[in-house]
Amino acid sequence: MKSMTRYRWMVASRILAAVVVGYALASAISILLALIWPIPKAEAVLASTMLSFAIYAAVVLWVFATKSVLRAWIGLLIPLAIISLLCWWLMPGGAA
Amino acid sequence: MKEGFRQSMAWLHTWVGLLVGWVLFFVFVTGTTGYVNGEISRWMQPELPLPRQLIEVPPEQVLGFAFDRLEQVAPDARMWSVTLPHRGLAQRTDREATIAWEDMPRPGLERGRRGNEGFDPVTGAPDQPVEGRATGAGWELYEMHYALHYINYDVAFRIVGVCTMFMLLAIISGVITHKKIFKDFFTFRPRKGQRSWLDAHNVISVMALPFFIMITYSGLVFYTFQYMPAVKNVVYGASEKHLRQLYDELFKRDPVDKAFEAVKRPTASVPEMIATAQTAWGKLPVATVMLRHPVDEGAYVEVIGDTSESLNRGFPPKLRFNAETGERMTLDDKTNASMLTRNVMLALHEGHFAGWWLRWLYFLSGVLGCAMIGTGLVLWTVKRRNNHLAKHGGQPGFGHRLVEVLNVGTIVGLPVAVAAYFWANRLLPIEMANRAEWEMHCLFATWGWMFMYAALRPLKRSWLESLYIAVAAFGLIPLLNFLTTDKHLGITIPYGDWVLAGFDLTMLGFAAAFAYMAYKLKKRWLKQEAAA
Repeated sequence: MKSMTRYRWMVASRILAAVVVGYALASAISILLALIWPIPKAEAVLASTMLSFAIYAAVVLWVFATKSVLRAWIGLLIPLAIISLLCWWLMPGGAA
Repeated sequence: MKEGFRQSMAWLHTWVGLLVGWVLFFVFVTGTTGYVNGEISRWMQPELPLPRQLIEVPPEQVLGFAFDRLEQVAPDARMWSVTLPHRGLAQRTDREATIAWEDMPRPGLERGRRGNEGFDPVTGAPDQPVEGRATGAGWELYEMHYALHYINYDVAFRIVGVCTMFMLLAIISGVITHKKIFKDFFTFRPRKGQRSWLDAHNVISVMALPFFIMITYSGLVFYTFQYMPAVKNVVYGASEKHLRQLYDELFKRDPVDKAFEAVKRPTASVPEMIATAQTAWGKLPVATVMLRHPVDEGAYVEVIGDTSESLNRGFPPKLRFNAETGERMTLDDKTNASMLTRNVMLALHEGHFAGWWLRWLYFLSGVLGCAMIGTGLVLWTVKRRNNHLAKHGGQPGFGHRLVEVLNVGTIVGLPVAVAAYFWANRLLPIEMANRAEWEMHCLFATWGWMFMYAALRPLKRSWLESLYIAVAAFGLIPLLNFLTTDKHLGITIPYGDWVLAGFDLTMLGFAAAFAYMAYKLKKRWLKQEAAA
């Protein structure tokens, strides 16, 4: 029974990671994409936002496919941090 | 989720699918009606006259009548438009002669009051508006597939968005689950219980897979910036003003404060402009002329082509002419790759461009979508039933029973509820207050009743009896139509009005399909009982 409870917590943790952090990561990747896409600003925003749903789907699938819950969290949070920094750096009025 | 990649995807597919299956079934049923929205709406307003035969009238005559009338009804307008009678390339409907206008916006408002009116292109007489019965028609029915009902719109489309995202995940994980998707496609093992359900689910899903992927992804694109606001919020800013700026750049819209003068009858020859456009476009018919008079650019006439076959949704081919000299004006109507991608996705979703054959294929694909979700939901229960019975001492547990009841109540109950919507359209008193709302209440009351019914009857009985109700609910609609209107099959078929006749015949088709399902289930269950 104990292993069943543990299993359920693992599933819940993965769902949280996929739905919430996955969405944040997909948002960050799309923002980065919009900032570096070499087409007019409005078009880049539209194009990368339309792509964001595919990115989100890929991220969620990865979270559920990867071996351990810990790996899933690390694999989400580290890229999220790096990409957010990059976005901040590339933003007009950001660090660059 | 513990073992390999494929197992984890199978797990995800099962639970993601179950969680939102019923909402998605509702979205697919109501969304599919959107492909025949015009036909349903026509059927639900039987007071409207049978269609006028399309007659060729020279454009100068049509335009003469139109401008005379527009000068009367819209002397101080920001926009005039005249639709010439023509047949769209996609041949969905003939367009009849119509004028439309937009009054000057009142101070502080972005848009002015709009109006439109049909007229007889031969005599010029304005159409007397026929007062049809109050009805939600096809519009209310198909709008529910993204706006739901009884729920705040902003909440509703987000609920649908989350379910759509789940659908995308279910499709991708479903495809990954099959290592031999091509072989599975040609595998059908009938009369093998769970295997048959699995095979049916596979065959249906793969058959219309491109449609499902397209319809799901393009559904998300309708609300691109609402579902994923982060990109525009970061790059442009989150305020209304920033959003407006983004849209102005994307759609190449006029700025809000652009000044206009009232439209006057053009002095240059509009038929010549039409002839110029016609030469340039070949067989594409000229659909509309639109007149405006911006202060900075001067009065102009735009000749706009038929878009019924176009995938570039909302961006018809057009030429612009000076309204006084008749000279061609330059017009930057080229769109960019991002917008074109978006327009094509939205056009594919709505299917307005599709001619008759393709539209039936759309309709069929929508029905297959319902079947895919339905078989998936049933498969979940069939796969687990024996385990559950063993675990709970011969009785299915609460969760299992709940899924079974929701399945019957949705898969058969919802179609019955839609039929009830059509019944209500014919049976509610014409003069009733809030009649259109009551049609919708009838739909949901019937649906609720079908859930109750499924909950109170044993599983097999509730399947069979619900199916019998569905057969009667759809099969009797042509009879009901015969008894309550003068637009029944006996009139519509001889007249050749296939819009109205097609509706009645399709109802008979659905009745036959439900009857076939009931017959198959009954035969199978009788055999099982005999074997047991």
